[in-house]
Amino acid sequence: MFRNQYDTDVTTWSPAGRLHQVEYAMEAVKQGSAAIGLRSKTYVVLATVNKASSELSAHQKKLFKIDNHIGIAMAGLTADGRVLSRYMRSECINHHFVFESPLPVGRLVVQVADKAQVCTQRSWKRPYGVGLLVAGLDEAGPHLYYNCPSGNYAEYHAFAIGSRSQAAKTYLERKFETFMECTKEELIRHALFAVKESLQEEELSSGNCGVAVVGIDEPFVVLDPKTLQAYIEALDSGKDEMQTMEETGTDDRQSSQVPQEGTGSRGISVGANEDTPTDMET
Amino acid sequence: MSMMFAPRLTEAAAPTTHAAPTWSPYDNNGGTCVAIAGEDYCVIAADTRMSTGFSILTRNYSKIHQITDKSVLASSGFQADIRALQKNLDARHQIYQHQHSKQMSCPAMAQLLSNTLYYKRFFPYYAFNVLGGLDSEGRGCVYTYDAVGSYERSGYSSQGTGMQLIMPVLDNQLKSASPLVLPLRQSTTPLSEVEAVDLVKDTFASAAERDIYTGDGVEIVIVNRDGIRHELMDLKRD
Repeated sequence: MFRNQYDTDVTTWSPAGRLHQVEYAMEAVKQGSAAIGLRSKTYVVLATVNKASSELSAHQKKLFKIDNHIGIAMAGLTADGRVLSRYMRSECINHHFVFESPLPVGRLVVQVADKAQVCTQRSWKRPYGVGLLVAGLDEAGPHLYYNCPSGNYAEYHAFAIGSRSQAAKTYLERKFETFMECTKEELIRHALFAVKESLQEEELSSGNCGVAVVGIDEPFVVLDPKTLQAYIEALDSGKDEMQTMEETGTDDRQSSQVPQEGTGSRGISVGANEDTPTDMET
Repeated sequence: MSMMFAPRLTEAAAPTTHAAPTWSPYDNNGGTCVAIAGEDYCVIAADTRMSTGFSILTRNYSKIHQITDKSVLASSGFQADIRALQKNLDARHQIYQHQHSKQMSCPAMAQLLSNTLYYKRFFPYYAFNVLGGLDSEGRGCVYTYDAVGSYERSGYSSQGTGMQLIMPVLDNQLKSASPLVLPLRQSTTPLSEVEAVDLVKDTFASAAERDIYTGDGVEIVIVNRDGIRHELMDLKRD
């Protein structure tokens, strides 16, 4: 990201037709610790990498329940995410009060997107610095959406955001076609493998990640550390999965240093990439 | 001359006479609610008749609403207001759960209900409420309310059109020492759960005899450590 003379104000266009403040906000999302989402025909799973700011402090909360049928994972300025989740909860409760039925995810996502857009067109505001992965159920089934600080949103089969998310994305791109038929356990395993990719050298444990699940007839719930640890330990028994990854693993690890090699060569772009051409992942 | 400068009673200050209102925002749908608190249970009951004037709207309407795992609200009065009040409490409880990652205790819900009712002090919910459930120690608790939120915890209570028929009977069977007498005794009844349910059934059967607005059936909800149980008993349909 280069500093230039058109980036002081969110209400100033650059000659290239860009709003740099909005792009800087999206950069804040990329700097946050990773969040991953994936879905099957009956479940949506969210997983996050939880970074503690120091050994003394507790981890930041990045998974929030919005309603029984909707939950979110966030990456970026989690304070902004907290405010948005309060808004989303309020909207769900109000909708339920008036219509005595759950707010469809697609509608909620549009409302959040419109709220984010307002902040890109007011001189006295700044864009939200948080990206939201919204997992939810409606009559049509399970959905996964990504809400961007720019006010854009899109639906995904699977997606990853935040730092070192490219590694997770590469894993998801490889496996996403099998997700629709997955059971809940298999989906959680895939999510944990994707988180593992983002953690790279660190060992996966219930201390540094979080998982949440929502399914048909199963309200949104953030897995407690004990259940999560059990899933993590169960990962080791799926050794063949690990083998396949290790063979192609090294390539994935390097791809984060090389710009956009992953999506190009594989030809499958899981989710429209919000990243600008000069995306540099740390 | 001085008359001109003396203060005169203007039209605005003189007392005006109101014409009798042709339309009332309220209606009374009748019915009676009862609750009894035991050592480790709470029984909440209400008849299932909904009426207006001298007519019956339905014989099968529930006046009981479960708000949390441990709190059950029974209300008689204007059912439209009651439904709105129930939805209001549900929404507030949802917010509480989001913020505290746990459910509200029964005493907390009791305070919330009081505040919610007083909030509409100058256009009240026409609801006569009895809140029953288990407190944080697992003891039964019953809270009675008036329409604007004045409330008190007690061992038993009744509200509604049959209240004056039922309350003396409950007093006779369940009354315990005054809370002002030391040492402080528990106001919960020493009766067993089954005995309390039988007492409730008897009181409703009696009230249905003389109160025209009470009858058709009684819905009984029992809250104890194992959860929440429902029973239904028929009442006279006349």
